[in-house]
Amino acid sequence: MILSAEGVSKWFGEAPARTDALRDVSFSVNHNEMLYIVGPSGSGKTTLLSVISGILRPNAGTVLVEGKDIWRFDADSLADFRLHTLGFVFQDYHLFPRLTTLENIAVPLILRRVPWDKGLEKARQMLEIVELTDKAELTPNRLSGGEQQRVAIARAIVAEPDLLILDEPTASLDGDTGRRIVAFVRQQILNERRAIIVVTHDDRIYEYASRIIHMEDGRIIERPQPAP
Amino acid sequence: MSGLLKLALKLLLGDRGKFLTLVIGITFAVFLMMLMTSMFFGIIQHSAANIINTGARIWVMDPDVQTPQNSIPMPEYVLDVVRSIPGVDYAVPLYVGAGLVRLDSGTYQAATVIGLDDATLFGRPALLAGRPLDIYRNNAFFVVRDANYAKLGSPKLGTTFEINDHRGIVAGIAKVSIGSLFGLPTLYTTYGRATQDLPSTRYVMSFILAQPKSAADIPAIKRAVARLGYRALTDREFTTRNDRFYEFQTAMGTNILIMTLISFIVGLSIAAETFYMFVLDNLERFGALKAIGARSSELVTMILYQSLVVSFLGFGFGMLLASALVAFGKLRIPNYAAIITYQNILMALAMVLLISGISAYIGIRRILRIDPFVVFRS
Repeated sequence: MILSAEGVSKWFGEAPARTDALRDVSFSVNHNEMLYIVGPSGSGKTTLLSVISGILRPNAGTVLVEGKDIWRFDADSLADFRLHTLGFVFQDYHLFPRLTTLENIAVPLILRRVPWDKGLEKARQMLEIVELTDKAELTPNRLSGGEQQRVAIARAIVAEPDLLILDEPTASLDGDTGRRIVAFVRQQILNERRAIIVVTHDDRIYEYASRIIHMEDGRIIERPQPAP
Repeated sequence: MSGLLKLALKLLLGDRGKFLTLVIGITFAVFLMMLMTSMFFGIIQHSAANIINTGARIWVMDPDVQTPQNSIPMPEYVLDVVRSIPGVDYAVPLYVGAGLVRLDSGTYQAATVIGLDDATLFGRPALLAGRPLDIYRNNAFFVVRDANYAKLGSPKLGTTFEINDHRGIVAGIAKVSIGSLFGLPTLYTTYGRATQDLPSTRYVMSFILAQPKSAADIPAIKRAVARLGYRALTDREFTTRNDRFYEFQTAMGTNILIMTLISFIVGLSIAAETFYMFVLDNLERFGALKAIGARSSELVTMILYQSLVVSFLGFGFGMLLASALVAFGKLRIPNYAAIITYQNILMALAMVLLISGISAYIGIRRILRIDPFVVFRS
């Protein structure tokens, strides 16, 4: 098991105006598993993602990643944890518009103090994986949505994180491209040392999930799982 | 260069519009600050021209004297007492006053007259024409060739003129290292002639110039002079006293200070606002960096580095512009009083660092408040 969340609750504001975003959420993720967290808008998916990635502190509960309670870490340790253990693919990609594709991919390595040239070398290898070698020197505004998504994926995996987090990976893509990207992630990125969490409400990509968690009103609700 | 700083630099240079605005803003702030302060230092230096040109180690004067231009005459016995102070190698009188010169054209021109000790001519300027001993000839004066020389009709050796209804003859053309601030031509003559020919009060001795036997004797000399009711200052102390007078007791210092502050505020406003806009524009990128795993201290380092880069570039360009203008001014305008010293370079640098620090602080405050949660919001 790579991640386990126990009794996680998160609310915003104080009673009587309190909003409960997560209510006693418990779940786990195993290696070589592609876990989907799905549900309608406002169900608490993004809040859960923020809590398990050490970005938003929960009001109650624990989040263990590889056996360590991440919310016992101080701010710097949390940053280190995100840098060394997690890889993010944000819904809007959040690529740096002034950096080339290659430089964008190398950002996590640069934060890890990898020398600039070595970082770019490793980023070039990632470009091969995401099949964008001919786009190395382009800036993001000259890439299509699907290409930007693949750059974001390359950036997320360049530092070889144990846990990859994809936030609404198909939200900005057409159906075919979205499916292709998720299939690519499943086939190329998932392995025995890694797990992937995908937050989505796009049922067209459910077929690639190992397991699906349904959320509604901040709670996990039981639903039938997809056939293996 | 560390990858983090290179990343910061690329983010900064990538936004060319804001980068140029930042550099230009700081360049002009530095340019204005340098120009203002160099003018001020130039004026101050020229106001101390008599102290610098005379080269005396110790100046004895009335305690109320602030500048070499405004002396309060002392009785002659003070000179004898100063000469008798242990530690004084020698002491000579100096006269500094004004005379009215009648030119050949019939017009009048005020001039500064400096009377040098008859026996030693201590404080005599270097001569471009004539011989030092010519000053002992009847009615002889040395004329200083500076920016105000032409106001006396650019006299030559042997030119005669009237000064305070006495005959004068140019016996030498002199040069001094620093020209006078006040726009008056300068005439040198002997102490005896100056005090005899120019209208005077009961006492005529403006200053006593003294030479200590050694630097260690100076404190004792100062104490001895103070017991007489007068003040002895080293040339450096007298220059500082003169500087303070112009800085704090005339409107000159205040006005220059206000102009310098305005330049600083203009630079700060442009730099701080543009830098803040730059940070705001990149807020999501910094949020993404924070989410990916950048520590707050690393983001602060990036912001500080970006701010320092634009500040030093602006400082360099601003200094270059100001130096070029001062050099051009000195070439074209003979009595242009502006000098760039280490002091105003350091002052401008300190102000630029302050601008840089404040701009960075505003950006850093915003960066530290970023919630990386924003990156999950579409």
